[in-house]
Amino acid sequence: VAKATPPANLTSGNAQKLQEGTCKLQKLLEMNGHMQVPHSYDFDLIVIGGGSGGLAAAKEAAKYDKKVMVLDFVTPTPLGTSWGLGGTCVNVGCIPKKLMHQAALLGQALQDSRKFGWQFTEEVKHNWMAMTESVQNYIGSLNWGYRVALREKKVTYENAYGEFVRPHTVKATNKRGIEKLYTAKRFLIATGERPRYLGIPGDKEYCISSDDLFSLPYCPGKTLVVGASYVALECAGFLAGLGLDVTVMVRSILLRGFDQDIANKIGEYMEEHGINFIKQFVPIKVEQIEEGTPGRLKVTAQSTVGDQIIEGEYNTVLLAIGRDACTRKIGLDKVGVKINEKTGKIPVNDEEQTNVPYIYAIGDILQDKLELTPVAIQAGRLLVQRLYAGATIKCDYVNVPTTVFTPLEYGACGYSEESAVEKFGEENIEVYHSYFWPLEWTVPSRDNNKCYAKIICNIQDNERVIGFHVLGPNAGEVTQGFAAAIKCGMTKAQLDNTIGIHPVCAEIFTTLSVTKRSG
Amino acid sequence: MAALWRRPERLLGAAGLCRTARALSGKSEYDLLVIGGGSGGLACAEEAAQFGRKVAVLDYVEPSPQGTKWGLGGTCVNVGCIPKKLMHQAALLGSALKDAQHYGWNISQPVQHTWSVMAQAVQNYVKSLNWGHRVQLQDKKVKYFNIKGSFSDPHTIRGLTKAGKETFITAEKIVIATGGRPKYPMHIAGALEYGITSDDLFWLKESPGKTLVVGASYVSLECAGFLTGIGLDTTVMMRSIPLRGFDQQMSSLVTEHMESYGTKFLKKCIPTKVEKLESNKLQVTWQNTDLGTEETDSFDTVMWAVGRVPDTKTLNLETVGVKTNSETGKIVVDASEATSVPHIYAVGDITEGRPELTPTAIAAGKLLARRLFGQSSELMDYDNVPTTVFTPLEYGCVGLSEEEAVQCYGSDNIEVYHAYYKPLEFTVAERDATQCYMKMVCLREREQRILGLHFIGPNAGEVIQGFALGIKCGATYPQLMKTIGIHPTCAEEITKLHITKRSGLDATVTGC
Repeated sequence: VAKATPPANLTSGNAQKLQEGTCKLQKLLEMNGHMQVPHSYDFDLIVIGGGSGGLAAAKEAAKYDKKVMVLDFVTPTPLGTSWGLGGTCVNVGCIPKKLMHQAALLGQALQDSRKFGWQFTEEVKHNWMAMTESVQNYIGSLNWGYRVALREKKVTYENAYGEFVRPHTVKATNKRGIEKLYTAKRFLIATGERPRYLGIPGDKEYCISSDDLFSLPYCPGKTLVVGASYVALECAGFLAGLGLDVTVMVRSILLRGFDQDIANKIGEYMEEHGINFIKQFVPIKVEQIEEGTPGRLKVTAQSTVGDQIIEGEYNTVLLAIGRDACTRKIGLDKVGVKINEKTGKIPVNDEEQTNVPYIYAIGDILQDKLELTPVAIQAGRLLVQRLYAGATIKCDYVNVPTTVFTPLEYGACGYSEESAVEKFGEENIEVYHSYFWPLEWTVPSRDNNKCYAKIICNIQDNERVIGFHVLGPNAGEVTQGFAAAIKCGMTKAQLDNTIGIHPVCAEIFTTLSVTKRSG
Repeated sequence: MAALWRRPERLLGAAGLCRTARALSGKSEYDLLVIGGGSGGLACAEEAAQFGRKVAVLDYVEPSPQGTKWGLGGTCVNVGCIPKKLMHQAALLGSALKDAQHYGWNISQPVQHTWSVMAQAVQNYVKSLNWGHRVQLQDKKVKYFNIKGSFSDPHTIRGLTKAGKETFITAEKIVIATGGRPKYPMHIAGALEYGITSDDLFWLKESPGKTLVVGASYVSLECAGFLTGIGLDTTVMMRSIPLRGFDQQMSSLVTEHMESYGTKFLKKCIPTKVEKLESNKLQVTWQNTDLGTEETDSFDTVMWAVGRVPDTKTLNLETVGVKTNSETGKIVVDASEATSVPHIYAVGDITEGRPELTPTAIAAGKLLARRLFGQSSELMDYDNVPTTVFTPLEYGCVGLSEEEAVQCYGSDNIEVYHAYYKPLEFTVAERDATQCYMKMVCLREREQRILGLHFIGPNAGEVIQGFALGIKCGATYPQLMKTIGIHPTCAEEITKLHITKRSGLDATVTGC
């Protein structure tokens, strides 16, 4: 069959004509029995969810001349916040959080700069609205960019809520309640997750989540952040960095799933930088004392270890206690896709296929997989390449690097110390570590011995590096290359043989000599 | 172990009959004497002391022609990496102040920079490092002499104190690690009299004011970069190409960015004289070789950054027969850092054909000490040494430049993946990212082994370090593509490189 890839210099009108022509040709061929038509569907692929993973998959599929549709619909938060195309990362995740983290880092830079000879007025205030507007403008440009990209790649996009109604068929409901039915040969579920609420009086009425924070039309003021996930700590970190009074309420441990030695160091650093922690308490009630932007809220919390009840007054309560997969209201029962009833997550095989063969799933909704934008993108692209381009490469979920944008950034790849001990046994791993002091922090003479580097090696395997952890400025930038090296099987000896770049933080990893065992 | 150690001593004892101080006692005072207390020398001395050896370090800073001098630690600590990165940081913070306003920080104008505050802070930190090195030598039981050393015979060093007092020190093995110093263009009238170098810049108490930096080395561009960044009127005068030895596409992007950032460039110009005006300003005259004209302008400061020369002249190397390259003046060494005289070694900037980098000098010094005293045979691997240039937009690289790769393998046999990207932080700050660029040079055959990686952008050194390791581990392009990115960082763009130069496609990164 002739391919209908228009040359790039054709105007869109011409390209469309060309494609229409090809369609006619295709129909003709089909009528003459030259092509096998198993069933006639509206689309080759319908992607439900226009986030990082879904969009990447849709655009990739369009490359192979597949007829693709993306359904994306943002259900507003309890407080009415909603946003454009692009999903969590772009709208209410990675992008705004890193920009606001950057705003906070710049606050630190202002203080440092005086030590480096810069002079300006004593008092510098932060303007929440100015920051938020800039951040939202940038996000707006990204939303637009996605729309344009889909159009250019001839992916059909509908701003409508997709749910399965029967096999191979979804119902798309738009903002005005207009419903349409679409059929497709294959489906990709990429609906992601949304913040969880506590289920206590006043939570949905008065609390905000990260879905609201980044576009909040007023400065949140004195804020209580509930939770100790990376979302909680990142938000608490930048809010404090912008000069707000911030308290974090933690039920049990910080950063569950991450290396706990590091998690505690992050907590300590945040405490030293003025963030209050209330540990082993959970809120049981939120009441409004006064309406306003921000208003005043009274939070009642109960100890998790005793009967103690405490109360506190805040302008804003931000819930960051976890996220729930958006899988329970998309008609999966109608088509028989199994989910984990407890978590709502979808189990898939190593090819991102659900128990229903023509339905696939990627991204944050997957059971036991990483909730990261680049993972979703990679999984989506590779899946499409396997489906339509005869590729065989599967997404490799091992040794995925990540970073946490807390005030002191944390980058990691591979095993945490706990999980390495559990998997290999303490006697079989060697942990090398060192504190370090970034050169840039010496002149402002701040935070000596807070930055930390740690690697975990498998003694039984030539001291291969199985875990990499760094706590310090630009942790993500530092970690990325080492993640590539871990992919190449780097050993401690190779680390030692690599020449450092002087003077940067990352060079510390080329001179690690002290083992944790040695004390 | 003891038997192994004794053997060389016996051999050397037999060979050294006609020595001065050594001949009297029949034995040297030290197992190892290191001349030069910089990065390489100190690392070597301290490592040797770990093996229980008797070690001494001689360090003496000959004041610059302008009279600047400093403490223990060598170039990197006193007049190199450390102060330059701190001053670069000062300049970056200047940009941060501008960015901050876009991020909601209300900073009322004017914002000014005071050189003396910065210089004082930087110098205090450097002094603390000088002190740290002293303490470390003491802790490791390395004897330190603040004297200037030269060979009086193959095992004896004649030392001169500042006051002119003479001493003789003998050692079994001697390591030369005296480094290099900035070159003055002696043929230019007024150059020596009125010009300064990087040896002086970091120790200036007052702002250099309107500055002309002559040269296009990384020292030149880094200094010009931070001077511009802290608000000084800065001009770079270059004779030919910027950053000789580095990838030239990257080098052009670096200077292009500097120009857009406010540094002025006088290209294809050669200075001919420097005169002092009555106003105390320095009038510089130069030849514009492009136009064939003579031009002049006046500056408050003229800084030469036209290269560095090894500090070998006063060592009296001829008397002991240590060979140097007659052109460069550098000491010729073999793979084990041995000079033409078997028990005399050299590490660092003074050695011929080696990268002039602190971490290589340190590693070479340590490995040498281990080979000399620690039963090791491991040689220093000078391949794939990563480095970074701290220009306003930083440039980090490892491995071959595109030119070198083409030369080694032929352009048909290499594939260059590249991308123009925009750091997320630049968006809100409305900063121009035209020169944020990266490229990866790979072999074209199936495995696509990576030969070189080049990155221009913020934190280039932090980005490159890990990849340097990957390249050390033999990373291939497919392996890099299997590495999942960290979002949102600049480094993740390296794991997403997919446009080849050969394809001619637009290499601008769009969206996530």
